[in-house]
Amino acid sequence: MSTTSVMGGIVRRKEDPSLIQGKGVYVDDIRRHGELASAFVRSPFAAATITSVDASAALALPGVHAVYTIDDVRHLGLNPAQVAVGTLRPLLADGTVHHVGQAVAMVVADDRYIAQDAADLVYVDYEPGDAVVDLKDAYADTVQVHDGVSNTLLTWNGHAWWEGVIDLPDPSPGIQEAKERDDTVVVSLEMVNQRLIPTAIEPRAVLADWKSGYDSVELWSSSQIPHAVAGAVGLAFGIGSNKVRVVAPEVGGGFGLKLNVYPDEILVCFASKVLGRPVRWTETRREAGFASIQGRGWIGTSTITGTREGKILGYELDAICDMGAYTHNFTVAIPLLGLFVASGQYDIPTSYALHCVVTNTPTTDAYRGAGRPEAAYYLERIVDAFAREIGMDPADVRKANYWKPDQFPVTTPIGLTMDTGNYEVNLDALLERVGYEDLKAKRDAARAEGRLLGLGLSSYVEVCGFGPSALAGLGFSWAGYGLPAAFNGSGVVRVQPDGTCTVTIGTGPSGQGHETTWAQIVSDGLGIPMDNIEVHHGDSIDSPMGIGTFGSRSIAVDGTASFEATNRVKEKAAIIAGHLLEAAPEDVQFADGGASVAGSPDRTVSWAQIAESAYQPHTLPEGMEGGLESSVVFSPPNATWPFGSHLALVEVDPETGDVDLLDYWATDDCGNVINPMIVDGQVHGGIAQGIAQALFEEAIYDDMGNLLTASLVDYPLPAAENLPMFSLDRTVTPTDVNPLGVKGIGEAGTIGSAQTIVNAVVDAVSHLGVKHIDMPLRPKRVWQAIEDARN
Amino acid sequence: MEISISVNGTQTGGDVAPRTLLVHYLRDNLGLTGTHVGCDTGYCGACTVIVDGRTVKSCTMLAVQADGRSIETIEGVAVGDELHPVQEGFWECHGLQCGFCTPGMIMSSIALLDNNNDPSEAEVRHGIEGNLCRCTGYHNIVRSVQYAGAKMRGEDPQGASQGVSS
Repeated sequence: MSTTSVMGGIVRRKEDPSLIQGKGVYVDDIRRHGELASAFVRSPFAAATITSVDASAALALPGVHAVYTIDDVRHLGLNPAQVAVGTLRPLLADGTVHHVGQAVAMVVADDRYIAQDAADLVYVDYEPGDAVVDLKDAYADTVQVHDGVSNTLLTWNGHAWWEGVIDLPDPSPGIQEAKERDDTVVVSLEMVNQRLIPTAIEPRAVLADWKSGYDSVELWSSSQIPHAVAGAVGLAFGIGSNKVRVVAPEVGGGFGLKLNVYPDEILVCFASKVLGRPVRWTETRREAGFASIQGRGWIGTSTITGTREGKILGYELDAICDMGAYTHNFTVAIPLLGLFVASGQYDIPTSYALHCVVTNTPTTDAYRGAGRPEAAYYLERIVDAFAREIGMDPADVRKANYWKPDQFPVTTPIGLTMDTGNYEVNLDALLERVGYEDLKAKRDAARAEGRLLGLGLSSYVEVCGFGPSALAGLGFSWAGYGLPAAFNGSGVVRVQPDGTCTVTIGTGPSGQGHETTWAQIVSDGLGIPMDNIEVHHGDSIDSPMGIGTFGSRSIAVDGTASFEATNRVKEKAAIIAGHLLEAAPEDVQFADGGASVAGSPDRTVSWAQIAESAYQPHTLPEGMEGGLESSVVFSPPNATWPFGSHLALVEVDPETGDVDLLDYWATDDCGNVINPMIVDGQVHGGIAQGIAQALFEEAIYDDMGNLLTASLVDYPLPAAENLPMFSLDRTVTPTDVNPLGVKGIGEAGTIGSAQTIVNAVVDAVSHLGVKHIDMPLRPKRVWQAIEDARN
Repeated sequence: MEISISVNGTQTGGDVAPRTLLVHYLRDNLGLTGTHVGCDTGYCGACTVIVDGRTVKSCTMLAVQADGRSIETIEGVAVGDELHPVQEGFWECHGLQCGFCTPGMIMSSIALLDNNNDPSEAEVRHGIEGNLCRCTGYHNIVRSVQYAGAKMRGEDPQGASQGVSS
């Protein structure tokens, strides 16, 4: 079962043997001697003043150790955010609550059953107030979520934010003039990009063990960002981040929801410190709708002005974006990320206004794609509507407006530089593979028989691989957590004295297969078999300083760091091997678990022999430092810009409105690929989450702010029967910004897919007069749209 | 209450609180943490185990209800170092990413293949409809189960070891 492979090979994952046998260790699987469990008392009101908290009955319950309120933890400060625009969340409600489910008190008990019993015995008196849930109402500011503070935190308009940082031309030249011309068409749609609950199958879990004798703490957390959590915990308790060991063991899915510092992470540390025992908390699925972040939640209008020949003369997007009640890690930056790619693959004038508005609902933040799926949705839906209005094929309209290969590097309307892109080649690869003309004929033939078949197309461009160190100066760093590091990548490659290899990285997987992909990179460089390479991650003390896993950044940034570290180890090993073999370092070749001399294949040394020498400096060339490891920090000169084209074929049942997704094709371009199997898996999962938004999922609140979809009964994740097989292909346009030429693939599938589905469904019913249906396209909604159009 | 349960062929038991969920008994009393809790309402299937030959979501069963029964969990699936064909299928076909739903998914797949070792794509999808996966979009899970079925029929399916993926 050797898994040795060069890069680009399909390799079974190193992480799987433990996971398929139930031996993987997630946070809730860890047991500490003497541990206690906790539960939270949560507000039933979306807006209220707390008049009293009576914990006496809870404290009287046998097995209860403590009930904490804000009075116990106010001294620890507010829950920190990296982009701290807006109201930060108190660790527990401080006199007022601003969304249903906000934590008011924390109960610690012998076990989770008693803790929950006790939580039910904490009596809280509330004076309910007016809640504002509807986004337009919130934007109107008639009811304020936080008294005296405008609900609109800020408006991203695409260029003012950059003033003084980037010298920008007018991003919207001529749009108004184009609208007034007689020969142009203006197409406009108001659309909702609904709120979603990210729903990793592993709920969040934390376990803290405060070491009173050392004034340090160990915290296990199901987190994408252990270093940031360590910084935040250190800040809260006034100790250095070097006293906080945050460990993210197996993480059962992240998707952005675990890209946050949460109050519970700080509170279990506090309880452990006070009680002198380990304290855990594990989120229930229902709690996940309150205690973890949600995603999306925009209502907006996109408008295209263009010629009847398909040339787009202006794209405008004006949207209200739901922040929820409190600001977390990236909350207000999510729409900005959307803005980064809001003009997609097109060379078009743009005008944007994204209003970041608070409501009496739980916080929103990064959910797979984080602003970019929303932006792609608004753009690609209106491009389709424009194509339909002027009677052109949607593929042709897209091609007429793409950036051309010879224009790269391209400066986008808001001043960012896209290094590479080859959009028409990518779209043509998709269209040729699927037989686009035949598909259209098939659709038209079915329609002639009264069946409602629809084809939906979408292009997308993603910005990821964060990122350039200079962005730290614009607020994109962990400074909010006391860690003034930019979005660097880091990797340590060490050849052990026995010739095996340890790779330690500043990022970590939540399912993405880092242990395998990194082992491939290092095995390819050193010729050490993959079975002899162990990849370690997710420990804020033992891992190199790193930023974590999000924004499809790990391979482009941290992967490059490990690649460079591998090269440096190899350079030193060549000198040592040359010394041992009495050959020049440049004549040393690495393969098959060791080194040999070019032209003399019998003159070999194993990695164990090289390493043995490396750790005994007296055997090394004179003056060479002992050891055989390298630590590299990599800061890319730019983000990366993956792109792709997606196509779906659907059939709508005219009697029920049910959408049957018949086929789904995608041609993505993430640059070079290290493990095609893992890359395809990322695309599969990404597409599934985009389809889930298009057809199934929606976080629904009533006008009192109650979440009506807090369980999986009401929030329907797609099951196996709801999805088809996915047909994937790639074009390969390597990026210039890292030596691996890799761009990132974690979010691309999601960014490309929701509008592909909606475009297909609208295509199926457009001849009946339907112009748009808001997601999720559940049967009733589709049926109603058809009925409304007919009548 | 006193209970006696066979778990992976070993007799276990003792005094448990009547309200203890089977999944918590397995995880907390027996240390069998391969059975996961994902939703509390029986929808996600991460806690799926096999009770007397039938799949059960162990978050919806009390430990006392399992008294006198025989339970198989993910930890009992492999025989020594030899993986079950379904485990091998998931490894060979990249049927898992984060791995959290995987134990339950494997248990449901085993039950499916025990009844029908040559399922169509639609039959696989129907057979695992009670198990939710957020990572894979099910594409490679379907392939994994069909790989396992082929293996159980004595065929020689192709997977990542042969350089074959989706």
